[in-house]
Amino acid sequence: MVHFVYDGSFEGLLTAVFDVYEDKAQRAQLFSVKNYQPDAFAERRDVLTDSVKANRVWKGLFRKLSPQGLLNVYSVYLSERDDRETLLLAFFRRVFAESVSIEDDFSSPLIVQISQISRQIHREKHRFEAFVRFIHLKGDVYFASIEPDFNILPLIGPHFTERYADQRWIIYDTRRQYGLYYDLKQVQEVYFEEVPDSSVLDLSSDQIEEGEELMQKLWQVYFQSVNIVERKNMKLHRKHLPIRYWKYLIEKQI
Amino acid sequence: MSEKILKKLQILADSAKYDVSCSSSGSKRKNTQRGLGNTNGMGICHSFTEDGRCVSLLKILLTNHCIYDCAYCVSRRSNDVQRVAFTVEEVVSLTMHFYRRNYIEGLFLSSGIFKNSDYTMERLVRIAKTLRTEHKFNGYIHLKTIPGASDELVREAGLYADRLSVNVELPTEQSLVKLAPEKNTADIVKPMSFIRHTIEENRQEIQLYKHAPAFVPAGQSTQMIIGASPESDWQIMQQADSLYKNFHLKRVYYSAYVPVQQDQRLPDLHSLPPVQRENRLYQTDWLLRFYGFSVNEIFNPSAPNLETDVDPKLAWALRNLHLFPVDINRADYEMILRIPGLGVKSAKKIVAGRKFHHLTLDHLRQFGVALNRARYFLICIGWNGYRRDWNATEIKRQIIAGNAQSTQLSLF
Repeated sequence: MVHFVYDGSFEGLLTAVFDVYEDKAQRAQLFSVKNYQPDAFAERRDVLTDSVKANRVWKGLFRKLSPQGLLNVYSVYLSERDDRETLLLAFFRRVFAESVSIEDDFSSPLIVQISQISRQIHREKHRFEAFVRFIHLKGDVYFASIEPDFNILPLIGPHFTERYADQRWIIYDTRRQYGLYYDLKQVQEVYFEEVPDSSVLDLSSDQIEEGEELMQKLWQVYFQSVNIVERKNMKLHRKHLPIRYWKYLIEKQI
Repeated sequence: MSEKILKKLQILADSAKYDVSCSSSGSKRKNTQRGLGNTNGMGICHSFTEDGRCVSLLKILLTNHCIYDCAYCVSRRSNDVQRVAFTVEEVVSLTMHFYRRNYIEGLFLSSGIFKNSDYTMERLVRIAKTLRTEHKFNGYIHLKTIPGASDELVREAGLYADRLSVNVELPTEQSLVKLAPEKNTADIVKPMSFIRHTIEENRQEIQLYKHAPAFVPAGQSTQMIIGASPESDWQIMQQADSLYKNFHLKRVYYSAYVPVQQDQRLPDLHSLPPVQRENRLYQTDWLLRFYGFSVNEIFNPSAPNLETDVDPKLAWALRNLHLFPVDINRADYEMILRIPGLGVKSAKKIVAGRKFHHLTLDHLRQFGVALNRARYFLICIGWNGYRRDWNATEIKRQIIAGNAQSTQLSLF
């Protein structure tokens, strides 16, 4: 058994796949360096991330998979599951081995699992297109903290860039300690030394822009007023709006 | 903007909440000229109220002043409530501020009728126009068409709005006459059919000239109140079906009547909204639109109301046992779609997956099929639990008992 250890990036993962094929390693396993635990019975091989190799693998996949299929691959990577490398390597082996497209083979447990993970990630992505709540900060920046289950920032970036093209914004993932910053031209990753604290209520009034508090209050009043008390259904409410997301939702801070 | 707007928002959101539609789907508006916003074809629900309904749009009335006296409406002329009105600027500003904070997908604007129809409609149009032209706002806009408004105003509204809706209010004309004596069917049908024809013309125009301005790209919808008048489910769905066919509506919404005022023409003030009935009607609506059912298959003259204890698709299957079992590895997509407990997505997976391998019950379980219902209606390799001697009563009893215990599959 050969253990291919890569740096944890998507490019690194694709490079590792390239190396597996180059070495003709029949019994290979991939590990992100963060998760790797040495094993006395396996040989360790360190993967040097190489964009040329990664591109060749991606091109190979591009020829064989539909856009949805490619998105599924990236989603499994973003899921941060411990077995993501194992699933992906098994999937790639099938994709490259067969001449027909196998991504719709829902009779295979592997394909079903990958499509389920991808659906999970997509659901989370869609939720955070909805649940991001910007706070207008001094300096004319709209700021939001989020704490998603999966690493969905790379997936939601384009949505916010297109939608809020005329305002500067930051979306910060407090769990993974990084964020996206849009400066009216482009999006870049940002890291804060001191993370602006978790809850929306913890921002002091000298940090927020004038009028922001009134907007938050208006939104809370609106949220209360559209509720139909006679139809109260907390089970359904929590199903659509799971409690773990409430912390950052202004309308739930009453 | 000052604190006094809080009170207005409270009143005008509260009186708009009985309009069910909060959909922001069906339109793909791009963010032009680096302005603000776009619409996403799927729509986004930004929050959910404690009654479990989606909050996607800033849904408000421009005013709750109204010259009409419709029995079911909280803003009726004779109701003793505080009356307020937003200015055009206030609505525009609220929409922009909420949108910038990602609270909403856009604006749903309706209104009580003050002075006359055109006067009211003209203000709604002005708000949409200001948002689009002065503020480069490309988010979703849903405008309610005021009954009796002129064609010209409706046409203009449609150029700024993503969706227009005209509420039919009640399932039949008789009920409308009884509960909303000042409204008439003609005032409702006329704008609906005008919108339908203008949409069709516009689609042809767009085919010829790519940059022709789009007229209501997300189509039109309507709403009817359920349970305020005596119609049966069958009558309601026939009406919905003819609305879909005659006016090409995107959606018909059903709104369980919430008593707002004591009135001898209406259910008692303390009666509960018929929420379960509303749910069954939506299920039926889905069967019409996505599952290839016709109204007369779902209902029969002897039972003009839907069953409450089972969903309409299961009820239909139980009445048509001669069509089952369906072999999931051979049957047409259309027939697979008719198996209870199984939706469009799993039906598609079955059709795609069986090209590679014979599918078994385990596959279906992985697709998320509700086997507690589906297993009585299908056969596949490794599943021989289907029994010819079952009758509808027996199957129904088992399904309901199974749901109650919600245990694992029992072995026969």
